[in-house]
Amino acid sequence: MEYILIIISAILVNNIVLNQFLGVCPFLGVSKKIETAIGMTGAVAFVMVLATVVTFLIQYYILNPLNIAYLQTISFILVIAALVQLVEIVLKKVSPSLYQALGVFLPLITTNCAILGVAILVIQKEFNLMQGVIYAFSNALGFGLALIIFAGLREHLDLQQVPKGLKGVPIALITAGILAMAFMGFSGIV
Amino acid sequence: MNQWKNFSKGFIKENPVFVLLLGMCPTLGTTGSAINGLGMGLATTFVLLMSNIVVSLVKNLIPDKVRIPAFIVIIATFVTIVQMAMQAYAPALYESLGLFIPLIVVNCIILGRAEAFASKNTLVSSALDGLGIGLGFAFALTILGGVRELLGSGKIFNITIYPENYGMLLFILAPGAFIALGYIIAIISKLNKQKA
Repeated sequence: MEYILIIISAILVNNIVLNQFLGVCPFLGVSKKIETAIGMTGAVAFVMVLATVVTFLIQYYILNPLNIAYLQTISFILVIAALVQLVEIVLKKVSPSLYQALGVFLPLITTNCAILGVAILVIQKEFNLMQGVIYAFSNALGFGLALIIFAGLREHLDLQQVPKGLKGVPIALITAGILAMAFMGFSGIV
Repeated sequence: MNQWKNFSKGFIKENPVFVLLLGMCPTLGTTGSAINGLGMGLATTFVLLMSNIVVSLVKNLIPDKVRIPAFIVIIATFVTIVQMAMQAYAPALYESLGLFIPLIVVNCIILGRAEAFASKNTLVSSALDGLGIGLGFAFALTILGGVRELLGSGKIFNITIYPENYGMLLFILAPGAFIALGYIIAIISKLNKQKA
C-alpha cells in the first residue's frame, strides 16, 4: 500500500517535470519526436535507478559514518558523472543494440537535474533503499509520461497555424503549462 | 569597450534564459515570487563568477582530457559554499529555494560558460563574463518572479499593488511558470528582432 502511494504520487500528483520542475531541459530539448522521447525515457529510467542506489549507499555508508554529509553535493555529482560514463562503456560492450538506442542520450544525462534531484530527494525524505528505488523508478516513469505526451502534442503543434511571435519555444512552453494544468487535476487523489 | 561588451551581453542580447534557453529548471522552479527569483539569481551569479575566475586561473594546469570533471568539482565546491552560507545567514530563503540550491551544480549555464568562455579567455574577461551572464540570469529570474507574483497575488517584493483576491492563483502554481515564461520569451525575441 505504501509503495502504491509512492508510485501514484510520483507519477501523477507530484510529476517530476510538470510539478517539481526537474529535468525541464531534456523535456524541452528532446520532445520534438515521439521516438526520441521514448529513447530518452529509457536512458533516464536506467540511470536514475542506478544513481539512486549508488548515492544511497554512499550517503549512509560513507558520508554519514565519517560525518562529512556536507560533501553530499560534490560526491553525488561526481558519482553520477562517473556512473554515466561507466554505463556508456558497459552498454557498448554488452549490448550494442541497447547502446544504439540509448547511446546518444547518455552524455546529456549528467547535466539532467532530475537525476541529482531525485538522488537528493531520496535522502531528504529519509526513504529506505527499497522505497528509494521505487521512488526513483516511478519518477522516471512520470518523466517519461510527461515527455511522451508532450512530444505527441508538439508533433501536432508543428502542423497548426501559430501566431508568428509565439512560434517555436514560446508556444511549446504555453502548451506545457496547459499540460501541467491537466496534471493538477490529479492533486486530490493522494 | 570590449570588456564592457563581455559584461553587458548577458542582459538582453545573450540573456541565458530568454535567448539561449539555458537553466530552465531553476528558472521555472524558483520564481514563485520576485524575491525568491532574485535570491536564486544572485546565488547562481556568485557561483558563476567564482567558477569562471578559478577555471580561467587553472586552465593551463588541467589536462584537456579531464577538464570537464575538474570543472564540475570546482563548481560543486562553490555550490557547497553558497549552500552553507545561505543556511547560516538566510535560512528563510534557503528553505523556500530548497532542492534548487544543490542543483545549481547541474545548471548548464555555469558549465557552459566554464567550457566555452573561461577556459579560453583571460582572468578579467572571464570574471566580467561570469558577472554579466550571472546578473542577466538574476535579472531574468526577477522579472519572471515579479510577473508571476504580481499576476498571482497582486504583490511585487511583498508590496501590495492590488488586493490579493483579484489575483490568479494559477500563476503562482506550476502551470503559470510555463505560461508566463512562454509569453515573456515571445516578447523578448520580438524586441531583439526589432533592434537588429
